[in-house]
Amino acid sequence: MIHPFLFLDWLSEQVNLHLGSHVTYAWLVMIILIVLAFLTSRQIKERPSGLQNFMEVIIDGVENFMEENMGPKGKRYFPLIGTLAMFILTCNLIALVPGAYPPTANLNTNMAMALTVFGATHYVGFREHGVGYLKHFMGPILVLAPLVFVVELIGHIARPVSLTLRLFGNMWGHEVVLMIFLALLPILVPIPMMFLGILVAFIQTFVFVLLAIIYISGALEEGH
Amino acid sequence: MDFFTWCMIVAGFGMSVAAVGCGISQSLGIMRSVEGIGRNPGAGGKIMTTMMIGLAMIESLAIYVFVVAMIILFANPFTDIVVKLTSAAAGVK
Repeated sequence: MIHPFLFLDWLSEQVNLHLGSHVTYAWLVMIILIVLAFLTSRQIKERPSGLQNFMEVIIDGVENFMEENMGPKGKRYFPLIGTLAMFILTCNLIALVPGAYPPTANLNTNMAMALTVFGATHYVGFREHGVGYLKHFMGPILVLAPLVFVVELIGHIARPVSLTLRLFGNMWGHEVVLMIFLALLPILVPIPMMFLGILVAFIQTFVFVLLAIIYISGALEEGH
Repeated sequence: MDFFTWCMIVAGFGMSVAAVGCGISQSLGIMRSVEGIGRNPGAGGKIMTTMMIGLAMIESLAIYVFVVAMIILFANPFTDIVVKLTSAAAGVK
């Protein structure tokens, strides 16, 4: 159940650096994204072309999607959502490069991102409503407040758990199935699985970002 | 029967039950959304987006079962205890 050969793992063996493979590949993804951003912002032209056009399409897409679901108050959370979208997409797509391991196939990366979204939700709620944010957890009828509070608490704790496990299960399951196919019949059979991998990468990014948007907008809206 | 035999049976059986539930639920969702697109081809994009989100949500339930099956098979916390107990029993005998 081990990956046959991981390029950055071999490199870090040479340098005697004992880090998990998800950490080194997350660094690789960060370097890719930073270099991409740097190259795009070199010469910003009035009429974009090439790389700047491509990045503007991505940024416009994410921002319009956010505004449609969050309303005008949500514009200030665009850096968080945009970063999550691009990081998760690049992490998922790196799974298709031979010799690379997606950082999202490890529980730690996913839990970090899910806990960030969880923290952001409550931070936004408290910043927007003050102590009245707790009224969100009380429910419509005040008499039932203790019961509804427990139910809402469980629901809130289920959110980062489900975010983590969904992304982890999809990415790691894909890697496991690919490894089994490669062990059984490496000639042409893994190719449909890799197509499925591309589809799953995009869909899982979309679902993660959509859920983050819904949670944050749920904390922004007025309570009952 | 053996502990490890039960582990394998449980993992395989649980995963297949999850696949059945997932398959039926997703097919219901797709059926209604395709009907909706047929009725209103202009709203096709929005309907397909919503359908994709719904499919990913339902899929995640089957993936939770997959993770549990993998834990039972490959990261079982009781393996060491069972191995120690059975080797102790075999040693005593």
